[in-house]
Amino acid sequence: MHDTAPPPSIDVDDVTVAYNNGHIALRDVSFKLDAGTICALVGINGSGKSTLFKSIMGFLRPAKGGVRIAGLTVEAARRRQLVAYVPQSEEVDWTFPVSVWDVAMMGRYGHMNFMRIPRAEDKRVAQECLERVGMSGFKERQIGELSGGQKKRVFLARALAQRGRIMLLDEPFTGVDVQTESAIIDLLRDLRDAGHIILVSTHNLGSVPEFCDQVVLVNRTVLAFGPTEQVFTEDNLASAFGGVLRQFQFEQSTIQDHDGRTVKLLTDDERPLVFGKDGHLEYTDRQGREQLVKKREKEARA
Amino acid sequence: MNLLTPFQYSFMNEALFVGAVVGAVCAVLSCYLVLKGWSLMGDAVSHAVLPGVVGAYLLGWPITVGAFASGLLCAVATGWIKSNTRIKEDTVMGIVFTGLFAFGLVLFTKVETEAHLNHILFGNILGIERGDMIETLVAAFVTLTLILFMRKDLLLFCFDSAHASAIGLNTNLLYYMLLALLAGTIVASLQAVGIILVVAMLVTPGCTARLLTDRFDRMLMVSVGSSVLASCLGVYVSFFINGSTGACIVLAQALLFALAFVFGPKHGLLAARKRLA
Repeated sequence: MHDTAPPPSIDVDDVTVAYNNGHIALRDVSFKLDAGTICALVGINGSGKSTLFKSIMGFLRPAKGGVRIAGLTVEAARRRQLVAYVPQSEEVDWTFPVSVWDVAMMGRYGHMNFMRIPRAEDKRVAQECLERVGMSGFKERQIGELSGGQKKRVFLARALAQRGRIMLLDEPFTGVDVQTESAIIDLLRDLRDAGHIILVSTHNLGSVPEFCDQVVLVNRTVLAFGPTEQVFTEDNLASAFGGVLRQFQFEQSTIQDHDGRTVKLLTDDERPLVFGKDGHLEYTDRQGREQLVKKREKEARA
Repeated sequence: MNLLTPFQYSFMNEALFVGAVVGAVCAVLSCYLVLKGWSLMGDAVSHAVLPGVVGAYLLGWPITVGAFASGLLCAVATGWIKSNTRIKEDTVMGIVFTGLFAFGLVLFTKVETEAHLNHILFGNILGIERGDMIETLVAAFVTLTLILFMRKDLLLFCFDSAHASAIGLNTNLLYYMLLALLAGTIVASLQAVGIILVVAMLVTPGCTARLLTDRFDRMLMVSVGSSVLASCLGVYVSFFINGSTGACIVLAQALLFALAFVFGPKHGLLAARKRLA
């Protein structure tokens, strides 16, 4: 069914969003994402991350410019359910009387008839998606009776069940245990490899270089957009966050002799972001990046 | 006079019947209102109905139509003013509905009507006339049928309107739909409990059910059950104590809520104490 659909893309073209009270939340925002990418949307609170999300979802009409999803208007994209949304945990009423199964089924509503009576296919997909996030053993649980990580995985299952090829995630790692975080990252990588577009809004700087291919840095406008290695630099982050970040400088290195350069650690609250002595990004997981490590060693020797 | 005496009067049997129907409709809607956090909206729309009732009388329209229109006007005006000022929605609502209610009162005292102000404010279920009863039943039937067809979409709208929108549902339509259903329910309840107390019918059964269950389908059933029981109990008791029937119904609902609050098996006060001990 999706084979005939055009490949997913998000094209944000010169978007300016103003609220009724005249406050301009975003100005002249442009970037374009093509199929098969994980992109982080990074900025301080109030920088317009959620406004940008809402514009892509079509909840806000830009005063200028426009958003096109897979070449379609956002309204048309919504009718085709191209964009799935995983909300922030704070936005969900966890006492709501629905079960894990009910939530996964909500992802299928758009595929059902107007009475929303599930067919065998809908049940199969919901079951499969719950299995994929490891939550099929909790189907009858009321959603408030889950841990932070389980809650997040249920909503991921709902987004998967929708079968959209673009997924927007709002702060997916807040209140989530480390195991779930890596499970979610693995899942997102699989989706990326299957050609999906994943846009993740986060202030968890440390995890961004671990799994994001591209980064959009925002503060009322796009400060920088491009591959993570190029965008995630000290200068760019300093201009995006100003003085908001905690900064630690390790002037005494415990591993090598002190050579006058420093390792810097930037964090706003969660996983720290580490810059090596040359200002390069430090990864906790060096597997698959051996080339990079070797290259740096060579640079260091030179 | 024994315990079966009330059932010998046809007005009592009719009152029990109408009370049960109205109780059921209010109970179903109340689940959505409680989950959406729209209790104040129920209060507002019910008060705002008054100028519509008087206006419809003046124009010779069915009271239902006028009440429905002015109830919706309140909600729409609230939304419009909110999006054009910096004032928060609940505050705007407080201004709009009290304004409309006061306007209705002034209009009422200036116009010679057959309707009794007390009956509109506090209901007159024991003296309900055939025509009013049919209007009530039609409003109740239409509202219930619509909710039944839309129940899953409405639930999703209450739970997560962003997701509802993302999968192509028209959330604006659902918003106005829920408002219209609210207005319709209020219209159906006017005769039974009146403008002032209808908010209790719209809030209490849902709250009672919320304390007793964690599943929406069960919540609907518990809500309807407790509301119908309260309506019948209220009508029945009011016969003996010769009290205001609407008030007796609301008291019965408050009693059921108190029971659920204290003795609820999972979320009740005693159960919580036991868990702590």
